[in-house]
Amino acid sequence: MSIVLDKPDTAGGERGPELSSLGLTMYRFSAWLKSPRPYLMLIGFAIVLGFWYLAVEVLQLPRFESMPGLTEVFREWFSKDPIYGLSIYTPEYYTHIGISLRRIAYAFLLATVLGVPLGLFLGWSKTFREFVFPLFEVLRPIPILAWVPLAIIMFSGSESPVIFLTFLASFFATTLNTMLGVESIDESYSRAASCLGASRWQVFKHVVIPGAMPYIFTGLQISIGVAWFSLVAGEMVSGQFGLGYLINTSYMMIEYPKIIIGMITLGIVGFATSAMVRAAGDYMMQWRVRELALVD
Amino acid sequence: MSAEMNQDTIADVTKVDVTKAAVTKGAIKIDDVVKIYDPNGAAVMAVDHCSIDIPAGEICMIVGPSGCGKTTLLNAIAGFHDITSGSIHLDGELLCGPEKPQAEPGSDRIVVFQNGALFPWKTNLENVAFGPMMAGKLGKKEIYDKARAMMADAGLSGTENNYPGEVSSGLRRRVEIVRALMNDPKVLLFDEPYRALDSLTKSVMHEALLEIYYRNKVTIFFITHDLEEAIFLGHRLIIMSSRPCKPKKIVEVDIPHPRDYSVLTSQRFREIMGEAKGVVHEEAQKAFAAGEREG
Repeated sequence: MSIVLDKPDTAGGERGPELSSLGLTMYRFSAWLKSPRPYLMLIGFAIVLGFWYLAVEVLQLPRFESMPGLTEVFREWFSKDPIYGLSIYTPEYYTHIGISLRRIAYAFLLATVLGVPLGLFLGWSKTFREFVFPLFEVLRPIPILAWVPLAIIMFSGSESPVIFLTFLASFFATTLNTMLGVESIDESYSRAASCLGASRWQVFKHVVIPGAMPYIFTGLQISIGVAWFSLVAGEMVSGQFGLGYLINTSYMMIEYPKIIIGMITLGIVGFATSAMVRAAGDYMMQWRVRELALVD
Repeated sequence: MSAEMNQDTIADVTKVDVTKAAVTKGAIKIDDVVKIYDPNGAAVMAVDHCSIDIPAGEICMIVGPSGCGKTTLLNAIAGFHDITSGSIHLDGELLCGPEKPQAEPGSDRIVVFQNGALFPWKTNLENVAFGPMMAGKLGKKEIYDKARAMMADAGLSGTENNYPGEVSSGLRRRVEIVRALMNDPKVLLFDEPYRALDSLTKSVMHEALLEIYYRNKVTIFFITHDLEEAIFLGHRLIIMSSRPCKPKKIVEVDIPHPRDYSVLTSQRFREIMGEAKGVVHEEAQKAFAAGEREG
């Protein structure tokens, strides 16, 4: 062969081209363990927990004295016989988590199923955007809490208003980011596709959708975050069970350690759902994961 | 690349016929084309009564300062923009003209973009197979076999399953050219494709492009502002005036093909360079002065 001027395998980076996605994940995980990052992270946690312990239980600083202390909360949380009836050993704890998760799942899936196609069409068709976008932009800034009365009037029962509120916040985030994603696509890609004989529909399928994918997943990350935010707001106002409901009723019943247990649980579950969305994104955008892996 | 290998390369390509006359398709006739942006408002004239005749199989280098309107001309041929008046024909068939101001983009004229437009979400192989897959005339296996063979011919074996973001920019450009050639185009339209490459990579890319040209024989419409690149690659240089864009001087490059990098130091190369440089410099100065006024 006469054309080989430089060897492709050296230009492809030091990694072989056939590294599987699992292999890549493992590789990144072990690199992460070897870096100082996990230890800095642990130190960060230790500082905050240490401050909490000192401020409440040792120094009893003003404003902190009525807050539940670190040891009290953790003793309650991991107790087989909790004083206020809620710990990792009571089924009630998992009922709250399960019900919140179920609401998040319904709302997030609905927001994704409706928001992504809407965002794609908003970005793709100028006419469609002129119809819909102004309306969208007027509705979007309305805070979720302002929707609460309407949600309760419109939807019967305690479950659907909460899901509606959660959906609403997610939907706006997903739609807007998807639309921005379509707009962010370099015009050269659609031009190249039409040069190569792609029809308008083929451009949509092979350029617009995959090209917008990074923004769509950024949108879904934001979406899952605001979903938790509005879920808790909704659960505090209406609904039975759920982590927001737990926090609110614990406050009213003066069972303060349960507030903190509810809050920390929200943080952990929220982080886990975010990580799941991120993992789904990485799985669907191998090209991006590999590009970023080279940059690292 | 070793000098020895270079010799082999040259010996190889002399076996194929490299004269333009062997090519029968891909003649472009640009006739009195005018392009005015925003004719009812600011009325910026980008292309001013421009006529260029490009015979089939020619490597035609369009040389001019940045922002002179060269790309507007390329976009009109590719079908990305309409023209205000005039006409463009490809092999006698009207691409765009008075009744039809904008050409249909099509796989007979494929653009290689300034910043590269390989789809980053498709592997190199999927990129190369893209055109025929869209056309849907051949089966998937047949298309992928052909794509693999063409990639192998261009020295791209082993990168098929990589994503474009994983290979060097030089290789990416080569993949993009192979992606275009998969469709058996009549014309390749290059919009300063090597602008972002360093000069060493550039020289490798130039020789690789000539190799591909000698094998595939297409008409090449190549926009650049790099005079050395233009003379090394082209049969002919069309030096454009700065905005509005219009041919100012045509320079025939009578250095015989196949060429390799040794022509850069030849007497004739320097003579042509001397001939072209004055005109290009004058236009660059005009463009610079105009730019300063706008700023």
